[in-house]
Amino acid sequence: MNGDEMVTVYIMGKRHRVPANLTIMKAMEYAGYQLRRGAGCRGGFCGACSTIYRMRGSFRLQVALACQKMVEDGMIITQLPFIPSEKKRYNLEKLRPDPGVFLEYFPEIARCLSCNTCTKACPQDLMVMDYVQAALRGDIKTAAELSFDCLSCGLCAVRCPAEIVPYHIGQLARRLYSRYIVGPSHQVQNRVMEIEKGIYDEEIRRLKSLDINMLREIYSRRG
Amino acid sequence: MSLRLAYYPGCTLKTNARNYEASAIASSKALGIELVELPRWNCCGTVHALAKDDVMHYIAPVRNLIRVEQLKNSGLVDDGRLVTLCEMCYNTLKRADVTVKEDQERRRKLREVMEEEPPYSGGGVEVIHLLQLIREVGWERVKKRLVRPLRGLRVAPYYGCLLLRPRGIGIDDANNPTIFERLIESLGAEVVEIPFKAKCCGSYQTVHMGHVASELSYRILRQAVEGGADVITLACPLCEYNLGERQGEIRGLFPDLKYIPVLYFTQLMALAFGLEDSVGLEMNNPDPRPLLRRKGFP
Repeated sequence: MNGDEMVTVYIMGKRHRVPANLTIMKAMEYAGYQLRRGAGCRGGFCGACSTIYRMRGSFRLQVALACQKMVEDGMIITQLPFIPSEKKRYNLEKLRPDPGVFLEYFPEIARCLSCNTCTKACPQDLMVMDYVQAALRGDIKTAAELSFDCLSCGLCAVRCPAEIVPYHIGQLARRLYSRYIVGPSHQVQNRVMEIEKGIYDEEIRRLKSLDINMLREIYSRRG
Repeated sequence: MSLRLAYYPGCTLKTNARNYEASAIASSKALGIELVELPRWNCCGTVHALAKDDVMHYIAPVRNLIRVEQLKNSGLVDDGRLVTLCEMCYNTLKRADVTVKEDQERRRKLREVMEEEPPYSGGGVEVIHLLQLIREVGWERVKKRLVRPLRGLRVAPYYGCLLLRPRGIGIDDANNPTIFERLIESLGAEVVEIPFKAKCCGSYQTVHMGHVASELSYRILRQAVEGGADVITLACPLCEYNLGERQGEIRGLFPDLKYIPVLYFTQLMALAFGLEDSVGLEMNNPDPRPLLRRKGFP
């Protein structure tokens, strides 16, 4: 792609000419927007930049992470800087990995029609409906595995006609799976033990005392 | 070489009715049938939608039927049949298939909203209940497989409503079904006929109007007890809940009722086939084990 090529996009209805080699997020900044919400890691991992768009001439509503998706000519774009959903409070230590646990905290999952709209709305291409269905029948392992790459961007939740919040279901499944089914990771336990013993204290103290140029050099020489 | 068929569990078979699933898989295997769990199955839809303009409630069952066609095309099963156990799943999936086949308008709309799936035209999958499959395999094969015939056990069959109605999809005569009776006889047990064998147990009214389910189930239970049955056998997890789990509450309303164990027909098969590890009697309530021990079954 030629760096000079420009495309026309419509950000919240307003027409802008932006370079074609920008992501949606950078195109918005190019157009003058200062992103206070709806921007996070800029690396496709945090799920903060949920975006919906349509292409001119198409009825389809499409989804993307603004930091990952390149602009295309004719995009009509808006961001969803926040997805309203209730954060259920539970104590993982007091839960049991029983099939009924999902229905107890999220009774609305019984309203799932298997319409698959959530799956189509996932910018991570996860099989969202499949993991909600797995949770519904108490298959914690499948629900955890299928939702593993979820960023909690929330696009599934705003598209669901049954008003389910799938990413909360997946999160509960992964928590139950790691706490009660696969059990603790020995590597993590060992590392926590090492930290608690103070094995790394001296090195951390040394690093904290270095100036920025030394830190840069150490970083660039890292193994 | 055994017959490999797609099998649709449904949510209850993975939770409250694990004893139904385990005994069904084991006893089917003993009869030369390998039940291959349908990959990526979702909710059956639970209740057949009666409204003429309802499309949304067909998406779930039709998606399952599409998964069966995909499994068939992969060659991992021998034909396009889908074996069900739960009566509600049977009824909902079967009726969805008929609707898609017969209702061109709904078929078109379903294709549009399910555009990510291969199109399904209805009729490509044959939804059956395990009881039908056993009848087809033959009572003689059941008898040949007996390790411990259920001699001396008096069994009242209870059909419920969803295997027999509506008539077009019923697996047997809606007013005078006999498939259960033939199975019970083939297992060496004695049939106790009850007049209400195909009357409603209260079904999902149990969720919001427990007393309705209790009253309806009481009539069925009383007939079985008065007829001298040792146990009731059935094919539906919801019936099992109403007739079995509910007995404590029913006795609160009708203290004259005696406890009577309720078993899935597959548990009787597994028992008669000597598949003790797969019977799962510890999940049944009331506990059938004291009675079965008295009758000489381990």
